Amino acid sequence: METNTAIILTMLIPAGSVVTNILFRNSPNLRDGLTLTAAVATFLTVLSILATVGNGTTEPMVLFEVFPGIDLAFNVEPLGLLFAIVASGLWIVTHLYGIGYMRGNNESDHARFFACFSAAISAVMGIAFSANMFTLFLFYELLTVTTYPLVAHKGTPEAIKGARTYLGILIGTSIGLQLVAVIWTYQITGTLDFTKGGILEGHIAGPMVAVLLALYAFGIGKAALMPFHRWLPAAMVAPTPVSALLHAVAVVKAGVFTMLKVGIYIFGIDFLAETGASVWLMWLAAFTIIAASIVAMTKDNLKARLAYSTVSQLSYITLGMALATSMGVLGGGMHIAMHAAGKITLFMCAGSIYVATHKTNISQMTGLGRAMPITFVAFLVGALSIIGLPPLGGSWSKWLLIVGAADTGQWVLIGVLMVSSLLNVAYLLPIVGRGFFLAGDEAHAKIAEAPLLCWLPAATTALGCIILFFYASDIQEFLSPLVADS
Amino acid sequence: MATETAQHVAMTLTDHLPVLQVLVPFVAAPLVVVLGSRQLAWPVAFISSALAFVVSILLLMQVIDGGTISYHIGGWAPPLGIEYRIDAANAFVLLLVTGISTVVLPYARQSVQADIPDRHHTLFYACYLLCLTGLLGVAATGDAFNVFVFLEISSLSTYVLIAQGSYKDKRALTAAYDYLIMGTIGATFFVIGLGFLYMATGTLNMADIAERIADQGSSRTVRAAFAFIVVGIGLKVAVYPLHTWLPNAYTYAPSAVTSFLAATATKVAIYVMLRFMFSVFQPAFMFEVNTLEYIILPFAVVAMFAASFIAIFQSDFKRMLAYSSVAQIGYILLGIAFLSETGLAAAISHLFNHGITKAALFMGVGALALRTGGSFYDRIAGMGRVMPFTSAAIVIGGLSLIGVPGTAGFVSKWLLVEAALEKGWWPVALLIVASSLLAVIYVWRVIEALYLHKPAYEVTAKEVSLWMLGPIWIMALSCIYFGLATDITLTAARSAAAGLLAGTIGLH
Amino acid sequence: MTWEFFVGHLNYWLFTVLMMTGLYIVVAKGNLVKKIVGLNMFQTSVFMLYISVGKVTGGTAPIFPVDMKIDPDVIYSNPLPHVLILTAIVVGVATTALGLALIVRIREEFNTIEEDDIVVIEQKLARDENELYHKAMGDLA
Repeated sequence: METNTAIILTMLIPAGSVVTNILFRNSPNLRDGLTLTAAVATFLTVLSILATVGNGTTEPMVLFEVFPGIDLAFNVEPLGLLFAIVASGLWIVTHLYGIGYMRGNNESDHARFFACFSAAISAVMGIAFSANMFTLFLFYELLTVTTYPLVAHKGTPEAIKGARTYLGILIGTSIGLQLVAVIWTYQITGTLDFTKGGILEGHIAGPMVAVLLALYAFGIGKAALMPFHRWLPAAMVAPTPVSALLHAVAVVKAGVFTMLKVGIYIFGIDFLAETGASVWLMWLAAFTIIAASIVAMTKDNLKARLAYSTVSQLSYITLGMALATSMGVLGGGMHIAMHAAGKITLFMCAGSIYVATHKTNISQMTGLGRAMPITFVAFLVGALSIIGLPPLGGSWSKWLLIVGAADTGQWVLIGVLMVSSLLNVAYLLPIVGRGFFLAGDEAHAKIAEAPLLCWLPAATTALGCIILFFYASDIQEFLSPLVADS
Repeated sequence: MATETAQHVAMTLTDHLPVLQVLVPFVAAPLVVVLGSRQLAWPVAFISSALAFVVSILLLMQVIDGGTISYHIGGWAPPLGIEYRIDAANAFVLLLVTGISTVVLPYARQSVQADIPDRHHTLFYACYLLCLTGLLGVAATGDAFNVFVFLEISSLSTYVLIAQGSYKDKRALTAAYDYLIMGTIGATFFVIGLGFLYMATGTLNMADIAERIADQGSSRTVRAAFAFIVVGIGLKVAVYPLHTWLPNAYTYAPSAVTSFLAATATKVAIYVMLRFMFSVFQPAFMFEVNTLEYIILPFAVVAMFAASFIAIFQSDFKRMLAYSSVAQIGYILLGIAFLSETGLAAAISHLFNHGITKAALFMGVGALALRTGGSFYDRIAGMGRVMPFTSAAIVIGGLSLIGVPGTAGFVSKWLLVEAALEKGWWPVALLIVASSLLAVIYVWRVIEALYLHKPAYEVTAKEVSLWMLGPIWIMALSCIYFGLATDITLTAARSAAAGLLAGTIGLH
Repeated sequence: MTWEFFVGHLNYWLFTVLMMTGLYIVVAKGNLVKKIVGLNMFQTSVFMLYISVGKVTGGTAPIFPVDMKIDPDVIYSNPLPHVLILTAIVVGVATTALGLALIVRIREEFNTIEEDDIVVIEQKLARDENELYHKAMGDLA
């Protein structure tokens, strides 16, 4: 079908799913089935765009003009399309998992949950296909607003508090910093359109470039750059499908996606490299990588550990952008897909463990591996991908990042990436080790594997991590227009 | 003294639009009293408000690209005769006032029935129409003293309307009384200023005064006039230190009245301030005086922060909205203080956007109060489930108040920050976004109360009827509409700003 | 500040003194009716200001002779301020009437028209409200 129609459909289908979730809230199977259909339909629509456009960039489709020079506009370009594929594909998986989790755990308000989920995906599609910074900002904020009810879902005082931190930091950074950056950009250049090579060259110079970059980097709170990372662990109060969504698919990837878009299409990689404006960001990202990994090691709560692991992994992508080299950018872009697959596996396993045993702390999980072999093997695969070992996908993106760091001559950064892998081993593998090699309580013997709808999606995405290894060069090829000289 | 013979030019209905704008509600008010029927009161009020709305649209269409309409009352030519002068600035305000009035009236039908005893309804609608007349007259006229007259017409009826809240809470009476005292002092200051202007220039026609001031330059009399006028109108605008009447007046008035007033009364007063500052006293005089930069700017910033802080700590939703209004007025004044085209456009568009946002929110809180018996956060706790449509509209209004993109509030915030950055006033830009973050806090308290808390009392409430839901949703949807399709608001605002800054707007 | 200056601007001095007295009464007096009285004085001072500036030295009342034979040498005082003041007086009367009506209603509801007593009553109302509603909100407020 026509590309522009397809783009609009990718947003409308999830929005329609919001309506069906509300309308059919009392018929669980119909409701969840319709949402599943919507998820599949969205994925197919995105694939059709892939088939038509490939890794080209289309002309922006303008919906209407909001300010003079700023329109609500969409277009297709490689990074956005990759993000859309990852998001819509993983929505299918997460939705199945979500059905299993919500029913298995007897959570309340399923309809509201799935409605907000769908709304969030709609916002994600808007972010993926936005043709200018204003459209992206609009859908970025919409994403914050639609995921808030998901974080606060349980309604307990802890959930409300966590949701407040979540909202406070995300809106605080986006209105307080990112908005100023966007308006400043508009004011000096007269446009906000994403253009290859950036739009800032010639309009801004000197230390101001670094200041503007700082406003963007800290303003994109969803990228969890320290010190604005606290919302991620705070959001762990949400049900695990939400954490899977937040940490693999929607929110965090939207954050680093925005970071990459700003780096590539607002600043321009060459401009960044010339002015050296992103050097400070490299070091901050490096710091976040290490610091978050260290904190992760101290956490006994599994989801908290995974949250800090995500903070660390996100900074890999930020680092990729900050390196301002083509390998760095490619590595960052690829890591969007690799980390998504790996982290979603880890989270789904964590959720499966909770559904089967109601345990949240790692110290309680000794010997569980024998009772829940599939879950723990999937966890192992995901962990290895995050650590960056072949033949898992994560190894490729890490490799590209190391090459990117080498290109800048920053050997310390290569060291940081290596050390980070070691730290990943330190905080991820013991979980698997405990599960398989230590003897657990007798109570564990009575535990069965999690429901089908919980372990199957996790196993699928674990498999995905392996498959992605073999398609990594295709992904790199796909993203190459981002850094090619046109 | 020679009498001028007015030329007999055949005038069509379109030519009479400026005066019709004011006449329609003006005639409808005594009509309601004369008819004496409670059943007919509301329809007459609604029809006249709708007619006024149509007239304002027609007027705006004529001037949106920068023209001026000059209408001579009774055919007497200015500067001796009274003139109604319509340009983009006041046409926009007229649109806002009539639009809000027409949307609030269906809402009022239900809420007034609950808030006010039946025997007073006829007089209520009569006063409402008088208030509408007054506000429209203030906006439409080109004669300085006429402004005072209509201002007092609207103020007096406002005092009565606010006092109608006494059937629910007797503090409405003292609120109305305090507003009466303060409002009269403000209006009288305005008249003193006008007196000084008259002494200095010898005329009351605004365009003419502007010419004569431009010729004479500024003297101490003119400066004194400026001071009195700004302070007098400032009280009506609820500029920060002069705002103390507002929280009580908005909290205790009937919901329909608050919805109407919050969206219109202060906005019209801001228009008067703009008109006097720019068209009468001229930007050149202003730059001389520097009042804006050194007095209004600090007060605006203080308003933005102090009022937002106070709003955060309120436990009554309605009172919180009242303080939020004071803060938002601070934004408008900040836009004016920039003295640039973008700044003025930001102020004028925020005038409109805040008007529709507050109308939606006050109508929403009124609906909640109707069903739950109060507007305290704990009374409305859990209403997100019981009254989903009202709550959803409140969420949209709240997001517009914060300035989330896609809503009307965002558009004016954007322009404000742009104006600050244009002038290179970085700290001010950061202050603007910082106070938006305060708005996040007080709006989120409401959202949490509605959705995340269990109802504290036995709840027998259900959703309100379509008479109330319709207007609430019309306003909520306009918040979204004007956040995305900004064509009308931005064109009107920019034309108005350009015209005001050029000084002698449409002067011959 | 010469004697001529003082006498020459007598009307302005009068205006200022009356205005300040009126304002003072509004602010300082606790009785609601007295506030209205002060407001009236304040408004009256403005009337005096306008009327006094309308007077043209050597001018007579601005009324044409019955036979409408207008003598170009006659100086008339300016009638416009008088017109303005008539309007303002009407506004003032309406305001006073409204204010007094409000006071009657306040008397009915509050049983007092002294500001201090009313403030006490209102503060008690507010305190009761806060008690009632803060308990229910708990510490999530």
